[in-house]
Amino acid sequence: MDQLVSLRKTPLYDFHRRLGARMTAFAGYELPLHYERGLVAEHLHTRAHAGLFDVSHMGQAIVAGPGAARLLETLAPADLLGLRAQRTRYTQLLNDEGGILDDLMVTRLPGRDERFFLVVNAATKAQDFALIEQKLPELSLHAQERRALLALQGPASAAALAPLSPEVETLGFMDWRAFDYEGAGVYVTRSGYTGEDGFEISLPADIAERFAERLLENPEVAPIGLGARDSLRLEAGVCLYGHDIDSSTDPVEAELTFTIGRRRRVEGGFPGFDRIARALREGPTRRRVGLLPQDKAPVREGAPLLAADGAVVGRVTSGGFSPSLQRPIAMGYVAANHVESRKPLFTDLRGRRVELAIAALPFVPHRYVRQNKETA
Amino acid sequence: MSTTYFTKDHEYLRIDGDVAVVGVTDYAQAQLGDVVFVELPPSGKEIAKGGTLATVESVKAASEVYAPVSGEVIEVNAALEEAPGTVNEDAQGAGWFVKLRLASEDELAGLLDAAAYEAFLKTL
Repeated sequence: MDQLVSLRKTPLYDFHRRLGARMTAFAGYELPLHYERGLVAEHLHTRAHAGLFDVSHMGQAIVAGPGAARLLETLAPADLLGLRAQRTRYTQLLNDEGGILDDLMVTRLPGRDERFFLVVNAATKAQDFALIEQKLPELSLHAQERRALLALQGPASAAALAPLSPEVETLGFMDWRAFDYEGAGVYVTRSGYTGEDGFEISLPADIAERFAERLLENPEVAPIGLGARDSLRLEAGVCLYGHDIDSSTDPVEAELTFTIGRRRRVEGGFPGFDRIARALREGPTRRRVGLLPQDKAPVREGAPLLAADGAVVGRVTSGGFSPSLQRPIAMGYVAANHVESRKPLFTDLRGRRVELAIAALPFVPHRYVRQNKETA
Repeated sequence: MSTTYFTKDHEYLRIDGDVAVVGVTDYAQAQLGDVVFVELPPSGKEIAKGGTLATVESVKAASEVYAPVSGEVIEVNAALEEAPGTVNEDAQGAGWFVKLRLASEDELAGLLDAAAYEAFLKTL
């Protein structure tokens, strides 16, 4: 394949090649699409055992300084003042219209200083970090460019990670801990992108391969490519930035209201509060919904969603085939009044009219492990 | 005795008289990944060379398969409806797509034989 731009490699590039990965370009990086067993086998392995993903392309940064929580709240709608140390929250950076510039994970680090650990999307990391530096010059931002990021996902994850760090078994969903591995600092959050129990593991690039090899010694753990990462997250009903959410969608219509802090829904103080408050008050004009094509063929991103009379009432933003359910699944935005009317939706698939049913998300139930009563 | 021809788009045509059994090669199925759906044309349809013969859906993406020669569809592999994974398991056998009655045997002249296709694969 011709590459017009040179692709960046993650610290695990040689590891992927050695494991027979078929590589693909994603967000400027050369990453494994799948390994020798293929997407479906990798997907099902993750649901049944544990899958190891290289997500080192994602952006990691530490943002620090007096008032960091209050200042970050001016860019994102999560309750960060109320976020306890060693806890992680999912939130979004918003533009002045309430559109989503990126979605990210924010962890309050332990210690006397106000410090937050951020994990952002690969394609948006440069602009995210520039935005934070520009809008919040009082804070220091240190991009963690020499750290790799692994995700270990699936029901066998905790047992597989415990030999490297016994403490991980005590963590609940969205709990964060630092532990020492061969003298290096490893950060673990019990979270992920598959709907399964699991961990995201930030670690220095120079130990990433050894750490990954060590995890793979457990026969329950298999390497998993980006292909299955996408099909797993679609089954879990989770948004992919640039597809299901972007700068033209706000968190309310994206059905992410649960991530807006309760205090913040009243107080505001984040970009686009006017639009978001109105959407909260009056309901959004469109909603992100799950879609079940009533056909054997997948309905893909970009497909228009039509009412019976042919009027366009929405659009598919992610669509594919669910290996767990053995059927096509999709997500998209549909006009709120059409969702409420419960009338059928259709699309044109290569000249055939295919009906889609609106379905509750997630398609496959989440299996997060909650050790404490607090909700994320 | 049947002859098999190939294309640079990784299709094969197994010729028996004026009928070609058409499918995608083992190389193609490996590139496509897990096939989850194959949309085939109706029997009786006349397809011109270069027209859409089938659409192959993997978990991730849809890929069009274009007719390597012109002809009439005289049979489609109905077994693929229930078992699309047959394309991965036996692309050049039970995973065939359609049988075409050739419009013109002259069109076969531009196709690759097995040796030429093998050589082509080595260049990829």
